[in-house]
Amino acid sequence: MNNPYLPYPVKIDSVVTETEDRNLKTFKLVFLNPDDEAGFNYTPGQFAELSIAGLGEIPIGIATSPTEKGYIMFTVNKVGKVTNHLHNMQAGEIMGVRGPLGNWYPWDVLEGKNVVIIGGGFAFTTLRSSIVYMLDSANRSRFGDITVVYGARSPGLLLYKEELAAWEQRDDINMHITVDGTDDPNWKYNIGFVPAITKEKAPSSENAYAIVCGPPIMIKFTLPVLTDLGFPAERIITSLEMRMKCGIGICGRCNIGTEYVCKDGPVFTLEQLSRLPNEY
Amino acid sequence: MSETYVSKEKLPGIVEQLMGTHRVFGPILKGQYHQFALLEESADLDLAFRNTRLSPKALFHPHSERMFEFTLEKGNPDAGILKEVPKDYRSRIVLGIRPCDAYAFKLDDRNFITDQFKDPWWVQRRESTTLVGLACNDPCSTCFCTSAGSGPFDTSSLDVLLVDLGEGYLLQAVTHKGEQLMGDLAGGESVPEHCTEQAAALKQSAEAQLGIQFNLDPVKQKSMVELFDAPFWEDVQFSCINCGTCTFLCPTCWCFDIQDEVYQSRGERIRIWDSCMFPLFTLHGAGHNPRDQKLKRVRQRFMHKLKYYPDKYADGIACVGCGRCVQHCPVNIDIRQVARLMAESCVCPV
Ligand SMILES: Cc1cc2nc3c(=O)[nH]c(=O)nc-3n(C[C@H](O)[C@H](O)[C@H](O)COP(=O)(O)OP(=O)(O)OC[C@H]3O[C@@H](n4cnc5c(N)ncnc54)[C@H](O)[C@@H]3O)c2cc1C
Ligand code: SF4
Ligand code: SF4
Ligand code: FES
Repeated sequence: MNNPYLPYPVKIDSVVTETEDRNLKTFKLVFLNPDDEAGFNYTPGQFAELSIAGLGEIPIGIATSPTEKGYIMFTVNKVGKVTNHLHNMQAGEIMGVRGPLGNWYPWDVLEGKNVVIIGGGFAFTTLRSSIVYMLDSANRSRFGDITVVYGARSPGLLLYKEELAAWEQRDDINMHITVDGTDDPNWKYNIGFVPAITKEKAPSSENAYAIVCGPPIMIKFTLPVLTDLGFPAERIITSLEMRMKCGIGICGRCNIGTEYVCKDGPVFTLEQLSRLPNEY
Repeated sequence: MSETYVSKEKLPGIVEQLMGTHRVFGPILKGQYHQFALLEESADLDLAFRNTRLSPKALFHPHSERMFEFTLEKGNPDAGILKEVPKDYRSRIVLGIRPCDAYAFKLDDRNFITDQFKDPWWVQRRESTTLVGLACNDPCSTCFCTSAGSGPFDTSSLDVLLVDLGEGYLLQAVTHKGEQLMGDLAGGESVPEHCTEQAAALKQSAEAQLGIQFNLDPVKQKSMVELFDAPFWEDVQFSCINCGTCTFLCPTCWCFDIQDEVYQSRGERIRIWDSCMFPLFTLHGAGHNPRDQKLKRVRQRFMHKLKYYPDKYADGIACVGCGRCVQHCPVNIDIRQVARLMAESCVCPV
């Protein structure tokens, strides 16, 4: 019988420190068995449980896009037991991955639409996956305009800096990178909080959907801006976080009302959330 | 479906027969309380019980379960790779389970067995088990199965029903599996006259004794958010000490935690019962806790049982009315009262 709790063995292929505070590292993982890789069919927005024998499992958003073959990638913030241990692991070491888990951004609905992506801090991981996915030459024509507002506290805390710079150069994506503040005289992008920059750049809500992921405070102040721009609640999409264990809707831990965030989510529209208890 | 009669003095012989072909579990008196456990000999079985203090959920969802094992030995090519653990899925019988507790497994099935994911341990234990239930002739004052979608003679989740007729037991096959089990038994007698009628009368009187203690229909009409924001949770939670007893004893509380344990260079991933009554249950690594107050945890338990579960699965409630939580709560919180509050209080904004 197929056991949904059993992780696939993977090898750490590389570890990259993303931020100057060294709290975020990106882990590139490769499957030990090719069959497992073929079975790991994911869609941007999904997450996986990273497993370290002896320590446990943690749910982490998949940062690669399925258009990137041969490996999967996760960017992990160091906060507790498992994440601290993971930060000390090195290329070549063996761990496990279980998934893909949860739902995804509604790509079928987004087809033919303009997409506005708003991200803050390290919640940018599945947004990276989404951007890479949409920019892939096989997919780009399926979507209208792509606008990205991405902010961090300072330039050194931005993720995926080289890719951001490359996207800035493209004319099929509108990038608005911002930081809360900086003393770097050569900083070429925006300065200001994500909600303020969103307001300033005022992406049109016409035929558009917004995907918003970030710290609660950023989300709280960005939502009214989007409402003012004319985005209805059904066209504002977000991804939630909850403490999780099983990741498959069985252990009972991560519910908001009737919904298990691990299985029925983590992706919800604001309209869906308005019908659920405010407990997240 | 067929019926057989077994007189009480012949019961041990029948149990021994069953023990020859199955692993047989039943209520055993341990200290002051009965508990479901593997029978070592037929005399262990004690059917003179009202109900066990702990629900029999551990028969399918053990308090602590080894999920996987692994080695961390340096140089071992399997180091860090989780392996499945062999389990005993030989066929077994649970004898003397109360109908409400069996019904709980059916409610729990919806959680453990979904289209997308199947919990392998739950599924295999369910498949290898035959449930022989014991009807309740004399329910407790804390029982309310008839208000919770079950009943003292509920056969919906049993393979065989036993009815205690004083001198002996009437065995009624419910499912094909039960029919087969009874067919294989030697020593059953043909049913004496009036026994079937006697059983029906016992059923009627037990049901009448229980009555209908609340009606949750109005809860269906109210929205989740409306009930969630209701003011009465303040009163409900007031005396609760968040001890978790209610969730521990409850046959339909299935929540669990997953933990790794290591001894020297080998380890196991285990799952253990957990409880929504504990603040750690929902604490994020980064410090945020969506259920940081007792009120929120108490509300979660009752809302899950009486609103979220019925809304999610379109029928049933996640409670079978066994009354364990009512009997053992140290501060006398009574789910029946909460059900009435949820149904009857006007939670509309004034
Ligand atoms: C859908 C989803 C996607 C996520 N994506 C990312 C990501 O891309 N990058 C990232 O850095 N973090 C992400 N997180 C948060 C991350 O899962 C937690 O920070 C992490 O589990 C903390 O583990 P720990 O062992 O270091 O912390 P501890 O506090 O020691 O936690 C112990 C255990 O509790 C559980 N747990 C604790 N906090 C959380 C939490 N917030 N969410 C879920 N389970 C938790 C885990 O099983 C963990 O091992 C995500 C969370 C969810 C739910
Ligand atoms: S048994 Fe009673 S006091 Fe203990 S957690 Fe349950 S409701 Fe609260
Ligand atoms: S909630 Fe209480 S009465 Fe209902 S099944 Fe659980 S322990 Fe029994
Ligand atoms: S993490 Fe187990 S139910 Fe969601």
